[in-house]
Amino acid sequence: MIQKKVAGVREALQGLKDGMTIMLGGFGLCGIPENAIAELVRLGLKDLTCISNNAGVDDFGLGLLLQKRQIKKMISSYVGENDEFERQMLSGELEVELTPQGTLAEKCRAAQAGFPAFYTPAGYGTEVAKGKETREFNGKMYVLEEAFKADFALVKAWKGDEAGNLIFKGTARNFNPAMCGAAGITVAEVEELLPAGALDPNAIHIPGIFVQRIFQGERYEKRIEQRTVRKRP
Amino acid sequence: MLDKNGIAKRIAREVKDGYYVNLGIGIPTLVANFVRDDISVEFQSENGVLGMGPFPYEGEEDADIINAGKQTITTLPGASFFDSALSFGMIRGRHVDLTILGAMEVAENGDIANWKIPGKMVKGMGGAMDLVASAENIIVAMMHTNKAGESKLLKRCTLPLTGVRCVKKIVTNLAVLEVTPGGFHLLERAPGVSVEEIQKATAGTLIIQGEVPEMAL
Repeated sequence: MIQKKVAGVREALQGLKDGMTIMLGGFGLCGIPENAIAELVRLGLKDLTCISNNAGVDDFGLGLLLQKRQIKKMISSYVGENDEFERQMLSGELEVELTPQGTLAEKCRAAQAGFPAFYTPAGYGTEVAKGKETREFNGKMYVLEEAFKADFALVKAWKGDEAGNLIFKGTARNFNPAMCGAAGITVAEVEELLPAGALDPNAIHIPGIFVQRIFQGERYEKRIEQRTVRKRP
Repeated sequence: MLDKNGIAKRIAREVKDGYYVNLGIGIPTLVANFVRDDISVEFQSENGVLGMGPFPYEGEEDADIINAGKQTITTLPGASFFDSALSFGMIRGRHVDLTILGAMEVAENGDIANWKIPGKMVKGMGGAMDLVASAENIIVAMMHTNKAGESKLLKRCTLPLTGVRCVKKIVTNLAVLEVTPGGFHLLERAPGVSVEEIQKATAGTLIIQGEVPEMAL
């Protein structure tokens, strides 16, 4: 077994520097690497390029880094309800590359799987395709999109083992699996870190080969963005 | 004239037995409430769930189980979770039968705009560009006019596009329309709405053939 366990978030983020490009898993606030984000805030790193579907909310998730102006550029599909993100983007303080969600996921997966680029129909005929190569296949037009290049991938899983194997829960899976192994160093934080052998190999979602460092997060707030419920009958 | 629930109720009639359906944020989300119980349908949410159920009972909400609108949800028997790349593989690979989404503008050639108002508002396209570029069957759910009273059914979109020549059908508070080579073909009127009212609220070419029936809801 190749040991991937590190003591904690500080060791896990060693080597992460100003100006680097980081992938961060999560959809909205669901499945975000909470402990790694908190450490990025604590370290006060600057000029980061963040690849993440969203940018958190004003006071949680990547919103915390936006508030402190630590992010130079965001690559996301949806700004949504984050007012500070929208304000910084419209004022030009923040560079933003809006990318269709499926393309964003595939640009991660391509980096993970060793494809330099791929054709997708998403964005053809829109400003997303500007300056990109287009090509017709079987009568339909496609846009050439390139794989991401990132220094670190910060992902969050439900359970993991010391070999770096990961299991995700519910829709907290989202972008996390495709980001594993898609950057120079993949750091996985998990709610429960178990010894090798404790997880059923049949149940592993991401094999440890895609993960360089794993640690158990100190705490998880798991904030809910839109609490929707129904009354009991 | 229909309200948002009325639009959702009419669109629910387009959902057929055995369909996998992706619902966008807003009015499309309401469609799930009106699908007949005697047919089998599975709702896909692009953040990674197939077989979405209703909202959880109070106290049972789980931060790890949400829909694309970031709302807490439940799953039904037969449901599955998957990652974003696989989710868009389902969409891009045309395994999802029907996509229902909102729009700011639709053009008579099927172009759609729903993600950006330059200089004013940028929400981002989310999964909409992937959905409209790949889905074979796209229904737009929206109000016929915007808050300023201007038509959202145009000759050409004025806002940045989400996709080109992709919308097939539009259900608004006033009408059901089909996108055809000649323009918006008026299929049905909302209850109590006249053809003249629809004509007045439609800036694009409106094709009216014979008697236009009122919607059955």
